[in-house]
Amino acid sequence: MPKVKLPKPPVPDALVPRPKRPGTAEKAGPRDVAKETGISAIDWVDERTGMSGAARWLMFRKVPKGTNWFYTLGSATMFAFLSQAVTGVFLAMYYIPDPAGGAYESVRYLTNEVFLGEFVRGMHKWGASVMVILVMLHMARTFFFGAYKYPRELNWIIGVVLLVLTFVMGFTGYLLPFDQKAYWATVVGVNINGTAPIIGPYLNDFIRAGPDFTSTTLARFYSIHMLLVPGALAALIGAHLWLVAKQGTTAPPWMKADKKGDVGEERA
Amino acid sequence: MNRAQREEYLREYSTLKNQGKPFFPYAVAKDSAMACVVMAVIILMTIILGAELLPKADPTTTTYVPRPEWYFYFLFELLRVIKPPELVALATIGIPTICLILLFLLPFYDRNPERRPERRPVATLAGIFTIVAIGYLTYLGATGGSPNELEIEAPPPIQAAGGEMLASYEAGRIMVAQSGCLACHKIGENGNDGPGPDLTEVGQRLPSQAIARTLQNPTAPMPPYDELATKNPEQFNNLVTFLSQLRE
Repeated sequence: MPKVKLPKPPVPDALVPRPKRPGTAEKAGPRDVAKETGISAIDWVDERTGMSGAARWLMFRKVPKGTNWFYTLGSATMFAFLSQAVTGVFLAMYYIPDPAGGAYESVRYLTNEVFLGEFVRGMHKWGASVMVILVMLHMARTFFFGAYKYPRELNWIIGVVLLVLTFVMGFTGYLLPFDQKAYWATVVGVNINGTAPIIGPYLNDFIRAGPDFTSTTLARFYSIHMLLVPGALAALIGAHLWLVAKQGTTAPPWMKADKKGDVGEERA
Repeated sequence: MNRAQREEYLREYSTLKNQGKPFFPYAVAKDSAMACVVMAVIILMTIILGAELLPKADPTTTTYVPRPEWYFYFLFELLRVIKPPELVALATIGIPTICLILLFLLPFYDRNPERRPERRPVATLAGIFTIVAIGYLTYLGATGGSPNELEIEAPPPIQAAGGEMLASYEAGRIMVAQSGCLACHKIGENGNDGPGPDLTEVGQRLPSQAIARTLQNPTAPMPPYDELATKNPEQFNNLVTFLSQLRE
């Protein structure tokens, strides 16, 4: 059926909307503003910090070809550390470093009474084991792929420090529940330290805050476990990651660049 | 690595890097998947293994097993492998310190520019040896004999004496079993041989006063029993009685 065109109703010239002058933008309605909120917020931060360049450098740097699942072990370790940090914060909300009975009692209360308390404590306990295993695997990967060689020697050293700090975390954390196993294993552990020539006894006096296990000892272990070492770990993980991003992830040692690669480089 | 080798590596690496993919989203996706696996493993272990809380720590008690967390077993087992008392410091501090220094300095003494594991056999074999050694020591630590079982017949003279002497001997035997002495000492067929000395015939070697003194002021890393001696002298005497009767 042919369409019937109706004539437009007569409108006075004054009411006809004027065509826009060329070059003027459409005025943004509230809906458009809402759509752009995210971008404008990022712009606002970026204008004041200039961080978007760094973020782009970090996220869109290239990872050499051939990287495989072995290369996720480092980030997995860091994730285990983050999990330890989060569960540790919740445990610290209930823990009292009082060897006279408060420490054990607070852990018992946390385990038996607090909602999900045993679960969070279990995650912290087993998370420690998982973190140690991941550190070892990450280190083995680095070793067998020769990834500690030039120019990444310094990052290997930072990694070894991180390994030692992880073990310090394990050692200091073991005492905190203050049950039989925790107490006696730590007594033996500290005694082992004490056999070191010359510095051994001094080291022990420092660790125990005196010649014996006293109320200060537990507080000392607690503060080392939740302030000193985690702070050092976080800072060194930051340095470790920065060096990784700056120097680039290693390629698997058997990987060879394509001969056409030079062209690719020019194109890039 | 000399200068030419370093430059060669950097050139090769920059080509490889250019032929790679951007970190986001390719590596980030893999890392996130791995993070989920880690989380799942931690939660599964928590649900299956739980978080056991043992009885409260008590410095005067003797029922304990001084066992570290599993990832320290390999350090603890070194003590059992290296027995002579004059070498204890070597096992406790010496070897771990040397290993740690070697680990720190690895990039400085391994100057071979080759990176493929099969083309640097010494490094690869050393790495595998280290892993096997740590694994073996951890296994030894995990399967060490139960430190709480002690089956020993009282010797004939004690049985003949009977009465208080026998009761004291039996109480001492139970105490040694409960105290986990056998985690580090051997008594006859029971317990682990090391790090502590064999106690099978300690009664022959030392008079009971010497045993008592050693218990109160032992060689590290053994925990001292002086608190037990002052707070509960009867139990302490039982312990000494039992140990001083141990002879071939």
